[in-house]
Amino acid sequence: MSIGIVSAAYIAATVLFILSLGGLSNQESAKRAVWYGIVGMGLAVVGTVFGPGIGNYWLLAPAIAIGGYAGYQVARRVEMTEMPQLVAALHSFVGLAAVFIGLNAQLELNSVTAMKDAGQSLDTLTGFARKLAAKDAVEIAILQVEVFLGIFIGAITFTGSVVAFGKLAGKIDGKPKKLPGGHILNLAALILCIVLGYLYFTGAGIWTMVVMALIAGFIGWHLIMGIGGADMPVVVSMLNSYSGWAAAAIGFTLGNDLLIVTGALVGSSGAILSYIMCRAMNRHFVSVILGGFGGTQGPAAEIEGEMIPIDAEGVASALNDADSVIIVPGYGMAVAQAQNAVSELTKRLRGQGKEVRFAIHPVAGRLPGHMNVLLAEARVPYDIVLEMDEINDDFPQTDVAIVIGSNDIVNPAAQDDPNSPIAGMPVLEVWKAKQVFVSKRGQGTGYSGIENPLFFKENTRMFYGDAKDSLNKLLGLID
Amino acid sequence: MREKGNEIVKIGAPKETFAGEARVAMTPDSALQLQKLGYACVIEAGAGVASGFDDAAYAKAGVEIVQGAQALWAAADIVAKVREPSGEEVARLREGQTLISFFWPAQNEAMLAQCKDKGANVIAMDMVPRISRAQKMDALSSMANIAGYRAVIEAGNNFGRFFTGQVTAAGKVPPAKVLVVGAGVAGLAAIGTATSLGAITYAFDVRPEVAEQIESMGAEFVFLDFEESQDGAETGGYAAPSSPEFREKQLAKFRELAPDMDIVITTALIPGRPAPKLWLEDMVAAMKPGSVVVDLAAEKGGNCDLTRPGEKIVSGNGVTVVGYTDFPSRMAAQSSTLYATNIRHMMTDLTPGKDGRIVHNMEDDVIRGATVTFEGDITFPPPPPKVKAIAAAPKKDKPKELSPEEKKMQEAAAFRKQTISQVALLMAGGVLMLLVGAFAPQSFMSHLIVFALACFVGFQVIWNVSHSLHTPLMAVTNAISGIIILGALLQIGSGNWLVVILAAVSVLIATINIVGGFLVTRRMLAMFQKS
Repeated sequence: MSIGIVSAAYIAATVLFILSLGGLSNQESAKRAVWYGIVGMGLAVVGTVFGPGIGNYWLLAPAIAIGGYAGYQVARRVEMTEMPQLVAALHSFVGLAAVFIGLNAQLELNSVTAMKDAGQSLDTLTGFARKLAAKDAVEIAILQVEVFLGIFIGAITFTGSVVAFGKLAGKIDGKPKKLPGGHILNLAALILCIVLGYLYFTGAGIWTMVVMALIAGFIGWHLIMGIGGADMPVVVSMLNSYSGWAAAAIGFTLGNDLLIVTGALVGSSGAILSYIMCRAMNRHFVSVILGGFGGTQGPAAEIEGEMIPIDAEGVASALNDADSVIIVPGYGMAVAQAQNAVSELTKRLRGQGKEVRFAIHPVAGRLPGHMNVLLAEARVPYDIVLEMDEINDDFPQTDVAIVIGSNDIVNPAAQDDPNSPIAGMPVLEVWKAKQVFVSKRGQGTGYSGIENPLFFKENTRMFYGDAKDSLNKLLGLID
Repeated sequence: MREKGNEIVKIGAPKETFAGEARVAMTPDSALQLQKLGYACVIEAGAGVASGFDDAAYAKAGVEIVQGAQALWAAADIVAKVREPSGEEVARLREGQTLISFFWPAQNEAMLAQCKDKGANVIAMDMVPRISRAQKMDALSSMANIAGYRAVIEAGNNFGRFFTGQVTAAGKVPPAKVLVVGAGVAGLAAIGTATSLGAITYAFDVRPEVAEQIESMGAEFVFLDFEESQDGAETGGYAAPSSPEFREKQLAKFRELAPDMDIVITTALIPGRPAPKLWLEDMVAAMKPGSVVVDLAAEKGGNCDLTRPGEKIVSGNGVTVVGYTDFPSRMAAQSSTLYATNIRHMMTDLTPGKDGRIVHNMEDDVIRGATVTFEGDITFPPPPPKVKAIAAAPKKDKPKELSPEEKKMQEAAAFRKQTISQVALLMAGGVLMLLVGAFAPQSFMSHLIVFALACFVGFQVIWNVSHSLHTPLMAVTNAISGIIILGALLQIGSGNWLVVILAAVSVLIATINIVGGFLVTRRMLAMFQKS
């Protein structure tokens, strides 16, 4: 294929990618949108593989085949509750690939310069090497900056995603942890990276980049280790953004416009998602990234009253009497895999002519939109699944609100107690419903470790137990 | 509680002695429930007749029937009554006996002292705190509910027209207009009844937070634009006296409404005070002949100037003013049933073991609040309950109403500010580009343009993504970021073996990313279904 056809394929791929992202504005067009993405990617890969300057097909074909098979298996096997880990793990691949490709660029540059110095003919070079050979001094300097950025961002994305994966999969403790020195350590590492980058520009050789990748990897690891589990939606979308910027930086290095465009699309998408998540938690991006909650001013308000437990019979009779029910799912529902029981409950209640709706907080779960996906998996119709802003005003007219495994997102302290660490965060006002049932494993606090006055309210009853078991018990009692 | 050994504790209900009182504190149904708690029930012969429960029905429910009040008071360890006890009844109390009835301790201090001297434990049903847990024993509310309903029925009885508007062959009938003043339990019940009869209902209350409840019952809230509105939550859900300015404004509003209203039902009460005068003589005079005023506050002096407690009068201009004080008693079967249930719930709380033994737990907010004498002490007034009845409404800073000009100016200012910040951003961006362009080579610049445009497109597109699709968005962007495979593909043809190996690994993992990402997205999206 000529370079012209390859370019045409790239343009088509770009348009398809944009359509693919734009199509996600609603559920129906999204089903089409994902095909745009797939076709776009197919065009881009095929165009490149059969384009000019590609060799070593004997290695390329098995790599794609093995990778494709592995990806297929992963996608087929993964449980919807494990989606956050999967996304984090996939991000790490992009990061690692960016590091390798950046290093490769420098290796190629080295060999091309060596050939130049040796006075060999450069005509035998193909592909990327030929492009390098054509570059003048300024262009090579810029290339080096790009290589530096690509490797730096890539390495942070790689280790950061690995840590995020570990935390989300429960393989690493979710609590924020920092080495002594905290952010000073990160700052020192960053300065070291910049020093190494300077050495690299002045021609110190490729070892500077390898060391820099290791140090950047350390920054990524340390940064994400310091962020608590509840902030993971922000972290995952931030890493998503980074993986995009890494791709864009590599695109600059290789002079490939499609890489630049796609990287920029992904990068800005992740950035916007992070921003939306932060706004949903009423926190600044910087404070999330720097980890933990900021120092609170003064003690949190005393909570009065007691948690009153209730058994399945009590909940069932309240549900049988209710006309309108709102269910507020949280991470606990995902952990207990209770989405199918929730769906069954919904079906039965709706069968009795009751109004059942779901209220989803933007940061419920560990991934943006996590709850929507789980409910969709359990075949809960998406038109009864509403966002916080759509449903918050309806709680006062609701007979029963059921909170399943969520805590901070229904914490009234965010509104009442200016000293609370989550003060000002928009929350679902479940306590305004006539009755609230909280399905919860025990009396412990949520991820943020904050007491929840909701549990002590007069109209709240605690329905202790594993969410799935509790709901299944309940199902037998709903007529 | 007197020590009774193994003897079964008896709950007894005497016949009400107050003239015209038809209710009874125990029904055959409630007696069955009380027996389940381990108590024996006794009733004075003929106590339930006025409410439609004859002695045979009680006997069938296993209730012992005794002749005469004297015998009942002697037999029962716990006496349940409706009205506060008469002097004679107080004299019958004995030490350790428990009396449950309406008591109005604030108004009946002498009687309270007598009960204390007798050594009886008195639980006043009117003192049950208004918290959610105690709702099932809140007799004031259950009686008010009946009063509200009955008020509309009484009004209809005295009103010469239909409630609902009709167009008939014999002519058009306009719908009745009903104004309910005070949207407490009685007011809301009256609103519900009037609306379901087809009247156009308006309602007023000094507590603006009940507007929602009023509207939910189908009435229109009469809005009074006044700054210092009351927060009912501060006073346990009851209204508090309002300022003279507020009162003036309120009366002016009523005066304006009076000529239009066919039926006015006033229910305004302030705890521990005479009823506020809200429907003045001139308002009655302004009403059409044939209109009806029903004053549910008559017992406390009435909201209407013309009200005569216990009577129905007709004003000079033909407006009927109903001042009955016994609305619940006029529906004795219903009110006895509800009141007996309230009593039964109170007994349930007093009998945690369900073993027929009273545990008078003075640590319990509800029991403590309702108990006015206990073991020879007066325990009224109770300390404030540990839990507030209703969460305090957050103080809202009401945004100031802006005039159209001010609004316009603000909008213009906001627009200008936005323009300035956008222009500033564009300028800064432009200068930065110029700087880069001055030094960077042409090839870099062309890539940079592509990059900037792509970022811009990304920002525009992503804002439209629906919230519920954020996870698929992440998965799809993740798959797309696998485009980095192109970089590896371009390098894999290299002559350097290290480059080839690194590139091959990159191709492998990027492919996992692409295939995994897209397939998982597809799986997710296929799950979204409409109902």
